[in-house]
Amino acid sequence: MSDKAQTTTVASGKRRQFLVDSARLACGVGLLGVGMGFYAEHAKALPPAALRPPGALPESELAAACIRCGLCVRDCPFDILHLARPEEPMATGTPYFVARQRPCEMCEDIPCVVACPTGALDHSLTDINKAQMGLAVLVDQETCLNYLGMRCDICYRVCPVLDKAITLDPQTNQRTGHHTLFIPVVHSDYCTGCGKCEKACPTEVASIKVFPRYMAKGQLSEHYRLGWVEKEKAGHSLVAPDIEHHFNMPEGMHYELGKGLQQAPPAGGEAGDAVPRAFQEDQL
Amino acid sequence: MSRSLLRPGAEAVQGKGWLAAHKWLLLRRFSQLGILALFLVGPWFGWWIVKGNLAYSYTLSTLPLTDPYVLLQSLLAGQWPEKLAWIGVAIVLLFYLAVGGRSFCAWVCPLNMVTDAAAWLRSRLGIKGGPHVSRSVRYWILGMTFVVGALIGTIAWEMLNPVSMLHRGLIFGMGLAWLVVLSIFLFDLFVMRHGWCGHFCPVGAFYSLLGKGALLRVRLPQRDACNDCMDCFAVCPEQQVIRTALKAVGGAGPVILEANCTNCGRCIDVCSKEVFRFGLGATAAAPVCSGSGVAP
Ligand code: SF4
Ligand code: SF4
Ligand code: SF4
Ligand code: SF4
Ligand code: SF4
Repeated sequence: MSDKAQTTTVASGKRRQFLVDSARLACGVGLLGVGMGFYAEHAKALPPAALRPPGALPESELAAACIRCGLCVRDCPFDILHLARPEEPMATGTPYFVARQRPCEMCEDIPCVVACPTGALDHSLTDINKAQMGLAVLVDQETCLNYLGMRCDICYRVCPVLDKAITLDPQTNQRTGHHTLFIPVVHSDYCTGCGKCEKACPTEVASIKVFPRYMAKGQLSEHYRLGWVEKEKAGHSLVAPDIEHHFNMPEGMHYELGKGLQQAPPAGGEAGDAVPRAFQEDQL
Repeated sequence: MSRSLLRPGAEAVQGKGWLAAHKWLLLRRFSQLGILALFLVGPWFGWWIVKGNLAYSYTLSTLPLTDPYVLLQSLLAGQWPEKLAWIGVAIVLLFYLAVGGRSFCAWVCPLNMVTDAAAWLRSRLGIKGGPHVSRSVRYWILGMTFVVGALIGTIAWEMLNPVSMLHRGLIFGMGLAWLVVLSIFLFDLFVMRHGWCGHFCPVGAFYSLLGKGALLRVRLPQRDACNDCMDCFAVCPEQQVIRTALKAVGGAGPVILEANCTNCGRCIDVCSKEVFRFGLGATAAAPVCSGSGVAP
């Protein structure tokens, strides 16, 4: 009887020790896991200077799909891609490039995507013009030479999606009063984020930069509608009736764009009609 | 005796000559360095025999090889790879199921050379002691890498994995990865004997899971000749795997069946009594060994 009791105590002592050991282990490893989790979670955001190769999954999924093999790096004929090193602020071992160093040349056969053994670079991307590696942003209007009134146009001319991803939109040069500024405007529907514009921009620090899309792209609220688009779709104004525009001017004056207040109203332009001023300005 | 433990294998060197007493060690280094060289001649000389790294490689644009551990983590994080990765993982799984998963550790893993160096230096310097940690910690860490990876939906372990960091670093640029490698070296040297590979590394732990039914085994046809010099224990990175087979514990047959045997063959090298040899077959009764080592 007592013998049996003793074996049970020994057994329960052993079981106790086992449980304590296991708990200790679980806590230690758990702690490590929490640390690793935080670290990995932090690395989910791409730093602004780094761009992913064409077809890369959204940042939240890329580090899950990419097994860090570097096949994309190897098969890029222009050798633009790197695998992130442990000290770099993104998921270790995942591929990226830096536009200002070496931009993507937008290979037609997209060898980087073809080489990827996982879904990290999406194989359904077959048209390089549909790539969305990032989005160009004209970040500094104070240094862009075109904004300063010159005809640099370099970003416009090097862009592989010529005259679509960047257009030059004429504007009055307010400084001289009688010259035109050709403002580079980026269109997100077409910009692939290849980075050639950033690479080529001649200012000491690029005035146009390519950022990961999540940083560069705004988004209207779901319920927003553009009146003029809707009007075109419907074929007529949706806010009926479409009121003709009038300025609420002093007696005998009218306003002309670029000239300011003018004497002698043109035919049919009545000043000071009955429409409230605030409402009129809404129509602008 | 203590002298023999400081220089395990001295007797074998005397008996068989230096070369024969280092045969498997040399072959292993040849394999590890050779595999590394295959990966390196591409970036160094432009001879593209193998592209990629141990996570996934593509040899001569025909043979894909995928690391099953990293692929499994990717699957758990909710991703589905392309066909070549699947073919690659099937080949690798079949291979390691046959030769024993932890053969990866002894014959392929580049970090093994670092930890081996630390273990060698530690024994030369006579450094002893250190914390006692269960060898099963690695399985807990292995499980943790799966759980954390699945929870946050990413391959979290790849943020820290020193094995891939070293291998990728050598081929694609090291960065500060050498600091991690150095830490492991110093840890193994000063803090814990076979600390990293023997206790913590989840990569080794994963591969050991593939070793349960392996065909390639260290067998002990001459175990009766053992003179208890303990040299095999002194050199084995997983010394707990030897005893059962050597001492016929519980009537065990003369073959090391433990999944954590790395098939490094160092025990074969250092035994002056020729107790060990490599053989095929997952059971003790396999008819490979000649003569004396019949199971009781
Ligand atoms: S599209 Fe061409 S240049 Fe661009 S990353 Fe891929 S392989 Fe390199
Ligand atoms: S080829 Fe694919 S899996 Fe390999 S590093 Fe590039 S993106 Fe990652
Ligand atoms: S290349 Fe640079 S400076 Fe020239 S127009 Fe473009 S953004 Fe301006
Ligand atoms: S990144 Fe620049 S060059 Fe490339 S498509 Fe966009 S606007 Fe054009
Ligand atoms: S245990 Fe890990 S680090 Fe050690 S040899 Fe095996 S895989 Fe490499």
